[in-house]
Amino acid sequence: MRALTWHGNNDVRVDTHPDPEIMNPKDAILKVTSTAICGSDLHLYDGVIPGLKSGDILGHEFMGEVVETGPKSTLRKGQRVVVPFTISCGQCFFCQNQLFSACDNTNPVEKQDASEKLYGHAMGSAFGYSHLTGGYAGGQAEYVRVPFSDVGPIVIPDGMDDDEVLFLSDILPTGWMAAENAQIEPGDTVAVWGAGPVGLFAVQCAMIMGAEQVICIDHYPRRLELAQKFGAKIINFEETHVREALMEMTGGLGPDAVIDAVGMEAHGFVVDNVLDLVKQKIAPGADRGHALRQALLACRKGGRVSVPGVYGGMLDKWPLGAMMEKGLQIRGGQTHVQKYTQDLLRRIQEGQIDTTFLISHRLPLEKAAEGYKNFHDQQNEWTKVVLKPGMAS
Amino acid sequence: MAQETHHDTADEAQRADAAGTAQRDDAPKRTRRDDKDGDLAIVGRSVTINRPRAELFSYWRDFTNLPSFMHAIERIEMTGDRRSTWTVKAPVGQTVTFETEVTGLVENEEIGWCSVEGSQIKTSGHVTFKDAPAGRGTVVSAEIGYEPPGGDVGRLLAKLFMAEPNIQARHELKRFKMLMETGEIATGANHKSDRGDD
Repeated sequence: MRALTWHGNNDVRVDTHPDPEIMNPKDAILKVTSTAICGSDLHLYDGVIPGLKSGDILGHEFMGEVVETGPKSTLRKGQRVVVPFTISCGQCFFCQNQLFSACDNTNPVEKQDASEKLYGHAMGSAFGYSHLTGGYAGGQAEYVRVPFSDVGPIVIPDGMDDDEVLFLSDILPTGWMAAENAQIEPGDTVAVWGAGPVGLFAVQCAMIMGAEQVICIDHYPRRLELAQKFGAKIINFEETHVREALMEMTGGLGPDAVIDAVGMEAHGFVVDNVLDLVKQKIAPGADRGHALRQALLACRKGGRVSVPGVYGGMLDKWPLGAMMEKGLQIRGGQTHVQKYTQDLLRRIQEGQIDTTFLISHRLPLEKAAEGYKNFHDQQNEWTKVVLKPGMAS
Repeated sequence: MAQETHHDTADEAQRADAAGTAQRDDAPKRTRRDDKDGDLAIVGRSVTINRPRAELFSYWRDFTNLPSFMHAIERIEMTGDRRSTWTVKAPVGQTVTFETEVTGLVENEEIGWCSVEGSQIKTSGHVTFKDAPAGRGTVVSAEIGYEPPGGDVGRLLAKLFMAEPNIQARHELKRFKMLMETGEIATGANHKSDRGDD
């Protein structure tokens, strides 16, 4: 089969690989029909996430048709399914408490040692990402092996297009959980850093959850325009002092909740960010966290901080004093995708949530490398890339 | 977790008394900075498994099941009710064989075993099963004692199959948990030809 593989910093290629096999009783094999490039794939592309090996197949946002099943899979051949990016067993303490991304049993034991050392506990697992989280082959390929297929995949009703439901795999539930972690109350102002796919979904979800006002912060005009379309007020950080603006737009109170949908590769030419950038270039594992620092300072006293943006290592110049003295609550985490998929599928069906607005480009799998380059270099215009293995190249 | 600590405290205190050594704190012996128990070095680990105690006990009690999650062991054959022959993997397709005997057995609570006198390898193991608090399943704690490097047999042992005994014990218990909770052991490999043991 053909698959998009990682070979080093800013070097991804479509190569030929052997087709995957059923390895365990609960496995299924999918023929991939749509797969997206995620903002967090760009962290891999930039080499700021540790634990990738040359030749790894990327991709954790995908869907397709079931073509083979293990004896204990609950799927049937021919079903169309969207697969959560997190792999979860459904049986351990964490899965039973709906903390699916913290699953104890899906990260192979020999892959657990690194995160046990780095974070104090072994991480769960995901498709097409670091070997810290399992090293499972991803879905930017013609075929993909789906372990624990009895727990994750969600069967899609006939009549719904791939493009409507593909984002149930990651960014829509991630935006939803980001808004949920902001614990929105009536009258709240929610400020969202980053008008990328997750930020834009967080804007939509915060509106649905009853925020009085959502303010989105970015510097790409095209992306800010999309946020505006969903009713958010916008701040372009290249033109405006963000914290001052947020204070003025909230009657001097500051936002009740802040969401960092930027993560470890924050943009912006400010002192802390330039220092972080230098550190990240010389020391893998260093995070660049200007957005998060700004969010902590902007958040009102006693407010809530939600962190869906990806961080993988260490961050210094962390305003711990602001957190303690202002009494902030911080919630983060990889998304517990399986907890949200059914509810979000219903909301898509009812027209409450728009998913297709985001897609700026659809490409055949063979052009995946071009997709990565443009999504990385032209963030204003390339807002989301969906690869279609079946599309003629 | 507090409950588990109490159990451990009592057990450890009894064993410490028996060995005539002073108990310094409430932590299990295997977490001490000098991880020794007489001649044997101690490694071990606790895991909480979301399954009933009796089910876990009976799977472990049948030693022929152990190779399904202890990948250094090629096979175990029962040679009597309490005796078994263990064949462990060694480099270049070699194997090492030794006899063990069950030394302690409390139904649904505890299994202990030990290599028999005159064995090629000196090793002992002890696993306990305790109810976890609030219906979280069972706390399984295993401690493996082995002859530390020194002498021909010790060197062989360390080199052949216990070079990283702590890591190995951790991996084995995690595999046991996976198998008991989900019925399978997770692998990132996509092809049967790539599936290697760690």
